[in-house]
Amino acid sequence: MIDIILLTLLVVVAIAIIRMKDLFAVVMLLGIYGLLSASFFVAMDAVDVAFTEAAVGAGISTLLMLVVIAMTGRKEKTNRHKPLPALCIVLITGGLLIYGTFDMPHFGAADAPIHQHVAPRYINDSMAEVGVPNIVTSVLASYRAFDTFGEVVVIFTAGIGVLTLLSVARRKEDAEKISSINDSMHEQHLVIRIVAKMLIPFIFLFALYVQFHGDFGPGGGFQAGVIFAAAIILYAMLFGLNTARKVINQTFIQLIAAVGVLLYGSVGIVSLMNDGNFFNYNVLASDPIAGQHLGILLIEWGVGCTVASVMMIIFFSFAGRLELHQHNERVKNQESS
Amino acid sequence: MDMIITISSGFFLLIGSFLCFSGAIGLLRFPDFYTRMHAVGVTDTLGAGMILVGLMIISTDFLVFAKLAMVLLLTLLIGPTTSHVLAKAAFHNGLTPKSLSNQEKNNKEISSSNT
Amino acid sequence: MLMDLFNHWVVITLMMSGLYIVIAHGNLIKKIVGLSVFQTSVFIFYISMAKVDGGTAPILADDIVQYSNPLPHVLILTAIVVGIATTALGLSLVVRIKEAYGSIEEESIQQQDNQQQDNNAHAKRKQEEEA
Repeated sequence: MIDIILLTLLVVVAIAIIRMKDLFAVVMLLGIYGLLSASFFVAMDAVDVAFTEAAVGAGISTLLMLVVIAMTGRKEKTNRHKPLPALCIVLITGGLLIYGTFDMPHFGAADAPIHQHVAPRYINDSMAEVGVPNIVTSVLASYRAFDTFGEVVVIFTAGIGVLTLLSVARRKEDAEKISSINDSMHEQHLVIRIVAKMLIPFIFLFALYVQFHGDFGPGGGFQAGVIFAAAIILYAMLFGLNTARKVINQTFIQLIAAVGVLLYGSVGIVSLMNDGNFFNYNVLASDPIAGQHLGILLIEWGVGCTVASVMMIIFFSFAGRLELHQHNERVKNQESS
Repeated sequence: MDMIITISSGFFLLIGSFLCFSGAIGLLRFPDFYTRMHAVGVTDTLGAGMILVGLMIISTDFLVFAKLAMVLLLTLLIGPTTSHVLAKAAFHNGLTPKSLSNQEKNNKEISSSNT
Repeated sequence: MLMDLFNHWVVITLMMSGLYIVIAHGNLIKKIVGLSVFQTSVFIFYISMAKVDGGTAPILADDIVQYSNPLPHVLILTAIVVGIATTALGLSLVVRIKEAYGSIEEESIQQQDNQQQDNNAHAKRKQEEEA
């Protein structure tokens, strides 16, 4: 029942997103959309996914969009040409897709084809083969480790892409001047700074808990990385970019992003050298189960490092750009006045 | 003993649900931003807090109890802070409470009628 | 009976609203929001396929017989994080477009491009005539 209500709310939010012209409101609605879908995932038993979506969809993506809107302006121009052709295409495609659903297995059916193929093996044998209670973790890090490796590389590549597109090369004195102006703006938010100071250590602790408890409950490298980055981003927002840059060295996090991927890949290489297949952790230790545990620990660690540092790289690149834009505008205003 | 626990937890859950519900109505019915935010603040802190207390009373497992206690602490810390930050941001951007702006309007009218 | 396919229909509605935003709106940020909506609808599709009636979260415990399918969870878990990374890449492209064109509306970017092309063609013709 609750899933039907959540899905209906999702449709309402999606329609509101179409109709809104104010981009700020659109981004806020997108955050609500993310949070609603996370709640829906909990109702569908996908606790790990809900965890990730709540941190990413409702947290970091909203934040990034807001930073971009601060640079590009928040009003959408009303488009003059009629959206009728688009509506036609969408309605025809949607109608065909709905026609297609009549052959789909019903919601919740236990005999659907998707539950017949490899899932029974994961559910029945993963305890004996991998020895980790959370099946999602054992599939993610052991059975489909090669797949996950690809995903981590994609994240790393996206991080590099953002860095190439947005990194700002500037002289040191300039940077200090820009940042000192921006820092003075943060002095006034006293209450939230003190609360954040109290909370940030616990957020880090929680991230580490999620990282290392992922074998037994919902959690793992992806979620932990995002939460860790969120704590740093919170710090940067409240105490100024310059202070955050002093705490977190930019070259260092770029290095960590690469080291995470390298750690992941080298686990595969080591298992190859021990006469196993790529990412076959059984050969890592004398006991296959101990080997699996070691492999999963190392891989989750690599994933966590890469995800956390890529998220930080992305945020710092965007925020640095925004700082530069604000500085340029200020200079322009001074010259004109 | 069981009876007392069930009844008291039901009591807290009921109060919590009522506060959440009244908060939602307040969000829809109140006239301006600050009063609406008051309604949301009540839902955030007191409504959620009461529901958590109710759940804590019926929890049999200590681990569940401890987790709920931590969530309660977190809501008590974060709820008021977010309300404060929201109100501050709104005030800094020049949004005045409705009663205040009405008063100003009245004052202006009085002063203009006097002159 | 009627509600058995409700999830699929909602997914299609969300997907089509995402597609509509991408086609009909000229603002580049709005387009990226549309892509996000589209993306999340696919996530919802996968996750609702994984649900088994009477199942619980796929974390092994003693007294549980029926689990939901863990495989779609794994696929979507990674897809969400990859999704935010690629969205960030798209947003950074939008920022660069804004810097280069001074606008993020598709029409005005197109206009500027056409003008540039015309100017180039003019310059070329002039050069040829002079030669």
